Amino acid sequence: MADSSKDLRLEDLTKRFGDFVAVDDLTLTVPQGSFFALLGPSGCGKTTTLRMVAGLEDPSNGRVLLGDEDVTYLRPYKRPVNTVFQSYALFPHLTIAENVAFGLRRRGVKDYKQKTLDMIELVQLGPYADRKPAQLSGGQQQRVALGRALINQPDVLLLDEPLGALDLKLRRQMQIELKRIQTEIQTTFMHVTHDQEEAMTMADTIAVMNQGVIEQMGAPDDLYENPVTTFVANFLGQSNLIRVEVLDTVDENVVVDCYGQKVGVVASRSHATGRNAWLGVRPEKIFAGAAGADDHAGTNLLTGGRITDVSFVGVSTQYLVAMPWGQEVMVFEQNTGRRSLFRNGDPVDITWSPDHAFLLDAGQDARAGMMTPEDAE
Amino acid sequence: MSAGLTNRPRTGAAVDGETARRRGWGWLLLVPGMLYLGIFFVFPTIQLFFTSLYDPSGSFETGYSMTWHFANYVDALTSTWNLFVRSFAYAGITTLVCLLLGYPLAYAIAFRAGRWKYFMLVLVIAPFFTSFLLRTLAWRTILSDQGPVTSFFQLIGVLPEGGRLLATPVAVIAGLIYNFMPFMTLPLYAALDKVDYRLIEAAGDLYSSPLTGFRKVTFPLSMPGVVAGTLLTFIPACGDYINAELLGTPKQYMVGNRIQSAFLTEHNYPLAASLSLILMAVVLVMVIAYVRRAGTEELV
Repeated sequence: MADSSKDLRLEDLTKRFGDFVAVDDLTLTVPQGSFFALLGPSGCGKTTTLRMVAGLEDPSNGRVLLGDEDVTYLRPYKRPVNTVFQSYALFPHLTIAENVAFGLRRRGVKDYKQKTLDMIELVQLGPYADRKPAQLSGGQQQRVALGRALINQPDVLLLDEPLGALDLKLRRQMQIELKRIQTEIQTTFMHVTHDQEEAMTMADTIAVMNQGVIEQMGAPDDLYENPVTTFVANFLGQSNLIRVEVLDTVDENVVVDCYGQKVGVVASRSHATGRNAWLGVRPEKIFAGAAGADDHAGTNLLTGGRITDVSFVGVSTQYLVAMPWGQEVMVFEQNTGRRSLFRNGDPVDITWSPDHAFLLDAGQDARAGMMTPEDAE
Repeated sequence: MSAGLTNRPRTGAAVDGETARRRGWGWLLLVPGMLYLGIFFVFPTIQLFFTSLYDPSGSFETGYSMTWHFANYVDALTSTWNLFVRSFAYAGITTLVCLLLGYPLAYAIAFRAGRWKYFMLVLVIAPFFTSFLLRTLAWRTILSDQGPVTSFFQLIGVLPEGGRLLATPVAVIAGLIYNFMPFMTLPLYAALDKVDYRLIEAAGDLYSSPLTGFRKVTFPLSMPGVVAGTLLTFIPACGDYINAELLGTPKQYMVGNRIQSAFLTEHNYPLAASLSLILMAVVLVMVIAYVRRAGTEELV
């Protein structure tokens, strides 16, 4: 497992379609045995990247390496890489067993029959072996696609929006199942998705991609807690971004001016270089307290807020708090039942810990990466 | 919850009633087509069957009497069996060549033509804008002894000095191929166009070379088009007589020519009718055997 001889490496990988640069000088390493997710909105170049790894698209520039072997221009059928296609691409004229056995038979594997039976058992489709794909449900088809790819024991398994066609409940179930299978067989999974929750649930490492480049790469919690761009801050979960002015750094603590009130951010979480910056805080990290209550020792405090919206969503309550400079800040509170809810118009102060905020360059669009209504499924 | 329980059977019954009503209307939609087939196909075929059993000594002038003369069929077969063999041979070659030429064409239009796709389809259909007869007559000029094609073939030595194209089986089969090509290409195109290109990519991803991928995925999925195209070519080609008449000589005549002359020149109606029915029956048997073999019902 620690053997890194089959790491997938992309070096300066670029794909142009005419004047459009789909993938722009991408360099990254996917360690062998890891579950890697390429996350981004549609058109960000993630699927093109995947297709270049599969050999279905030739790069305009750069290299794809598997271990030490350069596979950049190797034909797809000669690569030790298999794909679970979006919408599965099962062969409609073949039975489930024939679909699963397809790759082994093309390679002339002798005992393909037993291996096929084993794989069909692994993906729990035993009773359906002799049916045609059209006779199966979406979730079952998804498992056929997975089995058909995995049976070849590829060095890298590529998954192109594999759960996109399933309904929410089934998707959750398959996420857990995919993660279980990956842990079991220790194959490198490279997963392409636009669903941040899906990526965070399954992947060890996520690369957030936007307009052909990787904005940030890291473990899901690192990306979420410490984003370095407004795109990542908005695309992964939700963020409050407040315009601030950087004043000083005192003891690993960056002090910023937020419309006249001073707050601090831990220096390691500051990614701003200029004098102006975006101060980012996640809604669930903010605590709304009754105005004037004096219980904010060691936290950042902004006063003068007023509740303008209360949405009760069961596990939590989501407030909108209008600040004196006009901006509405999102505040999520767990419904622990330990205190009563605020009502519209209540005056509040908001507090949060300095190591829960982050600072981003002010040059970026504060709305980058936000979900537009069309993106939300 | 109780509302849910009482509601469910009621909506179920309503749905059933509705589908039943729809089914009733569905049958009504069949009526015009059935009527048309009854008047223009079933009735004439029955008439043809009776005609084939008339006394052959009758004539157009004296009239025919019904003598249940089954020997007409024996006479028809013994006098023209060679025409049947020739018809099926010509039609078979035509179908095969149309398939070999039409498949790559349809494939190219479906997968490689890009924005030229519809333009190319129009080109395939374009010949239909002129009459079948005129186009075949045009081929007479193209293949004529002094024409460019004959001269070219003589020049490169495919044809000997003074060799001909016109009035040979080659000319007749070439005419058949030309005339039936769209009937092969269009169903092939329709079937190939429906093949999801991602399936071909998936085959490549699963260790199929382009050729293997074609053999295992693309071709099987295009089988409905292959069956439709070969039937639409073979069946009418078997009964064709225009190509043999305009591009050939009596030595290249097909069953169609014999039926045509029996009906229109000799007025030997019983012979013409029995020939027609034999042709129909043989083609039907061949088609059934072929469709069973090709097994298209297996395809989704």
